Amino acid sequence: METTITLTVDGEERTVTVNTRVTLLDLLREHLAVVAPKKGCDHGQCGSCTVLLGGRRVTTCLAFAVQHDGAEITTASGLGTAEDLHPVQQAFLDHDGFQCGYCTPGQICSAVGMLAELEAGWPSHVTPNVASAPERTLAEIRERMSGNLCRCGAYVNIVAAIEQAAGR
Amino acid sequence: MKAFDYERAADAQAAVALVAGHPDAAFLGGGTNLVDHMKLGIVSPEMLVDVTRLPFGAVEERDDGGVRIGAAVRNSDLAADPLIRQRYPVLSEALVAGASGQLRNLATTGGNLLQRTRCVYFQDRTTPCNKREPGSGCSAIGGHSREMAIFGVSEHCIATHPSDMAVAMAALGAVVQVLGPDGSRSIPIDELHRLPGDVPERDTTLAHGELITAIDLPPVAGHSAYRKVRDRASYAFALVSVAAVLDVAGGNVADVRIALGGVAHKPWRAATAEERLRGGPATEDVFRAAAEAELEAAAPTEDNAFKVPLARNTIVALLRDLSERR
Repeated sequence: METTITLTVDGEERTVTVNTRVTLLDLLREHLAVVAPKKGCDHGQCGSCTVLLGGRRVTTCLAFAVQHDGAEITTASGLGTAEDLHPVQQAFLDHDGFQCGYCTPGQICSAVGMLAELEAGWPSHVTPNVASAPERTLAEIRERMSGNLCRCGAYVNIVAAIEQAAGR
Repeated sequence: MKAFDYERAADAQAAVALVAGHPDAAFLGGGTNLVDHMKLGIVSPEMLVDVTRLPFGAVEERDDGGVRIGAAVRNSDLAADPLIRQRYPVLSEALVAGASGQLRNLATTGGNLLQRTRCVYFQDRTTPCNKREPGSGCSAIGGHSREMAIFGVSEHCIATHPSDMAVAMAALGAVVQVLGPDGSRSIPIDELHRLPGDVPERDTTLAHGELITAIDLPPVAGHSAYRKVRDRASYAFALVSVAAVLDVAGGNVADVRIALGGVAHKPWRAATAEERLRGGPATEDVFRAAAEAELEAAAPTEDNAFKVPLARNTIVALLRDLSERR
């Protein structure tokens, strides 16, 4: 079944006709040539396909594109430009928050979404009391980023980068 | 993946009619489990009816002091809801103990209840599995069974229910509101999920076409918490988890509700332990005796016998923690 949908991707309105089987990730990469989100596991386990959907971080490999007609999507390439990087992007450079870079666009989108969740006072698994507002500790950052795997093991620098970006 | 039609119903009745009228149709929520299963070829519905835009997205206070949770509320929004965090911390804690931030932003409350087992054999189409292919056999029995059930198992299936949220809801005595082709009904959560028995392919007592619209939580007294034991510090399914609500008055247990996760085909309400505890002194010895009484019903495999002492210790630790709160 083919369906025509319209989404705003990195600020640009895109209308495309796709099969209902196409995931949001494949729509972005294969149909719209937006290749910042990466296909890692394709089963929601690695986080490399993370984008901001209506401002919230989501894995795009477990979502059918057709379900998100009208959505506003920001990928890592829409967060900043080469001349004017997003603070989280700059922090990843400053701290060498990557080696091969494959997970990085997902890490960056996840970090941006995560910091907004922290700012909004959402609790996490390590929040001492879920009824109170969480503090921005390293433990909170680590727990909240646990859905993004880095097989190069750049975690220490990723946490440092996020800590820097959060402090701005 | 097999081709399918996508429908977005105008209202809940229309959604139910669409699915009820097509034997190979399914409801689509956040998709975090169903889309994966369609990729793996575990299920191949011919029609998906998207229910995420139906008006079930609110968390509301009820007249009885309880709370009604719309089935389309996302897991992250439910965990962060002020009413839930203040009145039902066990539920908020269970939610944030599950999945990842990205998945919780997509997954819905109704979908979380209906997620399917993470049994490795169920997810691997090259192996026999009575849940995926009835009559083909159970590869977990005699196979790799470290993560499998210790309570309520059958000779056909020893899979566990994977949800953390559902364990908290079981302890809270939630009631599931359902709309079907013949009208609506209420199901106590303990009767929503079922044990495998002779029909392990059926996870729940819902009929085809029945749609979860809301979950009601009754008011509860005392303190509540969720404790999860897993192989990693984060982003892993439970080996054993415990949700408990404990109300202590004058040193005695006025009320207690306990449910276990990672140990059965459904959230396991520890009714035997609760019975032992109610009215008695809130002391560690009593907690241990009650946990041991509950675990007498356990039938572990060689691989997962460790879950018996692990469950006992986790129950005792959580009750002790709750009994010390003021």
